[in-house]
Amino acid sequence: MSKSYGLETRAIHAGARPEPITGARQTPIFQNTSYVFEDVDHAASLFNLQTYGFIYSRLTNPTVAVLEERLANLEGGRGATCTASGHAAQQLALFPFMEPGAKVVASTRLYGGSITQFGKTFRKFGWEASFVDTTDMAAVRAAVTSDVRALFVESLANPGGVVSDLAALADIAHAAKALLIVDNTLATPVLCRPFDWGADLVVHSLTKFLSGSGASMGGVVIDSGRVDWHQSDKFKGLTAPDPAYQGISFAETFGDLAYTTHAHAVGLRDLGATMAPMNAFLTLLGLETLPLRMERHCANAAKVAAYLARHPNVAWVSYAGLSDSPYRAHAGKYLGGRGGAVFTFGLKGGFDAGVRLVESVALFSHLANIGDTRSLILHPASTTHRQLTDAQRTAAGAGPDVVRLSVGLETVEDLIADLDQALGKSGS
Amino acid sequence: MPGRILTEPADIRALLDRVRVIAVVGVSTDWKRPSSYVMKYLQSRGYRTVPVNPRAAGQEIWGERVHASLADIPDRFDMVEIFRKSEDVRPIVDEAIRLAQEKSIRAVWMQTGVRHDEAAQKATAAGLDVVMDRCAKIEYGRHHSELAWGGFNTGVISAKRQRVRHA
Repeated sequence: MSKSYGLETRAIHAGARPEPITGARQTPIFQNTSYVFEDVDHAASLFNLQTYGFIYSRLTNPTVAVLEERLANLEGGRGATCTASGHAAQQLALFPFMEPGAKVVASTRLYGGSITQFGKTFRKFGWEASFVDTTDMAAVRAAVTSDVRALFVESLANPGGVVSDLAALADIAHAAKALLIVDNTLATPVLCRPFDWGADLVVHSLTKFLSGSGASMGGVVIDSGRVDWHQSDKFKGLTAPDPAYQGISFAETFGDLAYTTHAHAVGLRDLGATMAPMNAFLTLLGLETLPLRMERHCANAAKVAAYLARHPNVAWVSYAGLSDSPYRAHAGKYLGGRGGAVFTFGLKGGFDAGVRLVESVALFSHLANIGDTRSLILHPASTTHRQLTDAQRTAAGAGPDVVRLSVGLETVEDLIADLDQALGKSGS
Repeated sequence: MPGRILTEPADIRALLDRVRVIAVVGVSTDWKRPSSYVMKYLQSRGYRTVPVNPRAAGQEIWGERVHASLADIPDRFDMVEIFRKSEDVRPIVDEAIRLAQEKSIRAVWMQTGVRHDEAAQKATAAGLDVVMDRCAKIEYGRHHSELAWGGFNTGVISAKRQRVRHA
């Protein structure tokens, strides 16, 4: 059983048994849209959700299902639903229990693209998203009122280096009968398992460390299976009869399988942001080496952060793995003492020095992604966080002087040498 | 030899591998109820299922005649599966214990949400294995990869090639 196998074993084996017909050991890519019914009766049972099986790859696909089981296993959850991207996962995560007028509270420390999605696009559905500084527990307590359905945070924030106090946030959310949803993209299940700290749902952008090579997009929503959907009338989407499925209540019919069943049978059915089988395959390949990669990502990042902290042109480094980080204690508790591989630092020369730096590096790639084998660099204020206000940028840890690094798996001395020559050019 | 209360997945799998005929107590005539489609699912996986429901005695569910009680079932059966409220479990288990020898019953299975520890103790003392608060469809699916098709964590880790059952 999963409990008795280590993380490395599960990262390779969970969900993926040899293909039974041919014996093929690697997971086959079921590049296929639809599945032949045995007879009319079998088709009816499938459409009524009364038997297991595949109908159409918008809902479920055998290759994607292997990835879903592996991710659910690595996080210690009950079930998982993969999506076309991390943003699709965030929408799908909220979809089963949101409706016009329903409230969700999100962290001001979220990745800028998420703030835009919650603050602008979700409002078009009538989902009322508000933001709170999730390092301020009094503010969180005041924001998460009894009519709030979910609190949404990142375990390790992108890009601010903030480590969330998950146990405290879970207590506040649960006191209001709200869910705690944790984006665990930057920490990965190697560093942090949010379900161990009370989270109800975990989301990931699989595009980052989990697939790992910057080759495929993907997202996932993982259900802990522990939510009592009947605890409040806020979760009618899962408790009320569904006329499209012969009037069943998902919570009553499927018990702890309800959320993941709904996410496929209603969420993917109608939102349609399904993961492609090829992307599931590439992500499965990435996951096989995730524990090894994260170890080296973190070790390289710690060395690069220590180098930057000593550099005269650098004003500050926000890396939870550094001994003077205000999040050092949280990193010890929630991340096994590691700081991840994505962090920010400030240049004394401000906005202009940031622009010069990203244009002077030769080994770091200047692009808007993280969690690649390659080292990546970004000046958020001039790129990903352009659409935010100054106040939002600063709150998100992306002020004008801020540079974000995603430290890759290259020889760490080469990375430091590249930054050294570029910092010399960017000046202070 | 006393029976056991089975909680380990490997033990539950071994039970499902041994059993061939299942008496389903409390199965509904409404096809939309879980009891109905769990019965139908188990049929599709090669089990014979015999419905028991006093209010539907004499009718048919999924091609099988409904009996009023376990004692009314003319044939032998290996397992009694209970789709009733926990407080209604005791007399059903008592009847299963009484009939165990005659019908060759080896196990009692209480469906998700159903448990009765006292009745379970009595059944194990009488040599029957007991499963409580679990769904036979989910447990069958867990061990034959079908549960994983829906994105669920079965907890099964294995590099062994599965045998394909041909219908």
